[in-house]
Amino acid sequence: MQALFEEFPVIRDAFWLTIRLTLASGITALLLGTILAAMRVSPLPVLRGIGTAYVNILRNTPLTLVIVFCGLGLGLVLDVSFSTSLSTNYLWLSIIGLSAYTAAFVCEAIRAGINTVPIGQAEAARAIGLTFSQNLRLIVLPQALRAVIAPLGSILIALIKNTTVAAAIGVTEASLTMKTLFESHGAEVIPIFFGFALGFVILTLPTGMLFTWLSKRLAVIR
Amino acid sequence: MSTLTAEPRQSREHGSVPDRTSVLYDAPGPRARRRNTVFTALVVLAVLAVLYLMVIKLQEKNQLDPALWRPFLQADVWVNLILPGLLNTLSAAVVAAVIAVPFGFVFGIGRLSEHAWIRVPSDVVVEFFRAIPLLIMIFAVMYGGSAVFGLTVTPFMAVVVGLVLYNGSVLAEIVRAGIQAIPRGQSEAALAVGLRKGQVMRMILLPQAVTAMMPAIVAQLVVLLKDTALGFIVSFEDLLNAGARVLPSNFNNIIPAVIVIAVVYIIINLIVGAIATWLERRTRRSRKTTAQPIEPPGAIVVPGATPGVSAVD
Repeated sequence: MQALFEEFPVIRDAFWLTIRLTLASGITALLLGTILAAMRVSPLPVLRGIGTAYVNILRNTPLTLVIVFCGLGLGLVLDVSFSTSLSTNYLWLSIIGLSAYTAAFVCEAIRAGINTVPIGQAEAARAIGLTFSQNLRLIVLPQALRAVIAPLGSILIALIKNTTVAAAIGVTEASLTMKTLFESHGAEVIPIFFGFALGFVILTLPTGMLFTWLSKRLAVIR
Repeated sequence: MSTLTAEPRQSREHGSVPDRTSVLYDAPGPRARRRNTVFTALVVLAVLAVLYLMVIKLQEKNQLDPALWRPFLQADVWVNLILPGLLNTLSAAVVAAVIAVPFGFVFGIGRLSEHAWIRVPSDVVVEFFRAIPLLIMIFAVMYGGSAVFGLTVTPFMAVVVGLVLYNGSVLAEIVRAGIQAIPRGQSEAALAVGLRKGQVMRMILLPQAVTAMMPAIVAQLVVLLKDTALGFIVSFEDLLNAGARVLPSNFNNIIPAVIVIAVVYIIINLIVGAIATWLERRTRRSRKTTAQPIEPPGAIVVPGATPGVSAVD
């Protein structure tokens, strides 16, 4: 237990980084996923094809591979640079990887949500002369998004846990910090592990409850 | 059920020919057709522009140098460097799956027990291992095994133990959902003809539940297979290790290597995913069970939307 109290500032900073990774990747993934979902239902076959290919590729690739590609491929070889500080740069590269991966799941959720909107809604929208993009933006997506709050919550919880994979390219979020503490406090592996596990439960449990509450509150009454 | 997007997958329940026109937009007239052609051309141009920029960038960094790609045409590179990694990935996945499935059955049935001393510990184990990231479990096994118990823990063991605990817990949820998906009348009828609780579970519920949860279990195996790549972080010599450490150290070709390895992962996962979809379709027609196929926990389940098998992870 001693180590957990001694190293509290380090642990707090690590979890703060986990939270920032989650928020940055989550917002980007939500935007990208929505665009992908719109592409997958659009009238243009070429857009539908791009969306489908994206989702199938990213969903079937291990996240570790995506992050390693971003860190070593984009970062080291192609010199994609967001910051002169090496650690900040890897942070951004891992955000790219996490967002790209999570967007595929967001897209699938929103597409499933679009299927919950009754067909009459879209038909009525067309009958009053709305175009595809108006139809999607004003009628279908607002209802679809409200139907998928709970699945989006599951995706967010998965994302919180997935941020640990950023450890693969040296981002000092919670899991890598835990490993460092294991190395410096070899005798206290078990308390440190339960401390970090508790940290993740503290992040995921309220997220789950918040999204369950939101999904009930915002559910479309039919 | 009517749905807004029309894809073959959505309409397969009706067994009808997929309806290709979407209700989100009108059937295009002459003007819309012209406009669509223009937009399609613009999209194609944009894609070509992006590809061009990528090629320029890759060329600038000499990544299109044939020397970096040629290794993938040599048999000995595959035999000596890539296939051993693939073999390790597959053996970790198979060993983990073989242990995780019974783990899931034990804890899934445990959670349905009438005895609190069985139910509560099962609940705690399943909820705990589902709530924490797999990677910190792998780290804990790796360091805890040697520091606390004095064991030599190989990366293979750490990966397998982590995968078993996490995926076993997810499978426990699948088992529980599968058993609960059987209509109540089944166990009531079984009890009425005089079967004991254990017999009801063994002879009536489980045989039907297995059919109902088969697709979800196979879908979870895709997640398990993908998660073996976490072993890379603890230096497990898996397929990703071959692509991101071994090949680049020999040929200095990280980008080509990672791309080729990704294709291998995608092909394997598409095959396993296709098996899950095929099983699901079969279960829907099956008369061996009174339950519908269940969704994997954490799957994108939207009430009122058409079901399908894919797990979030």
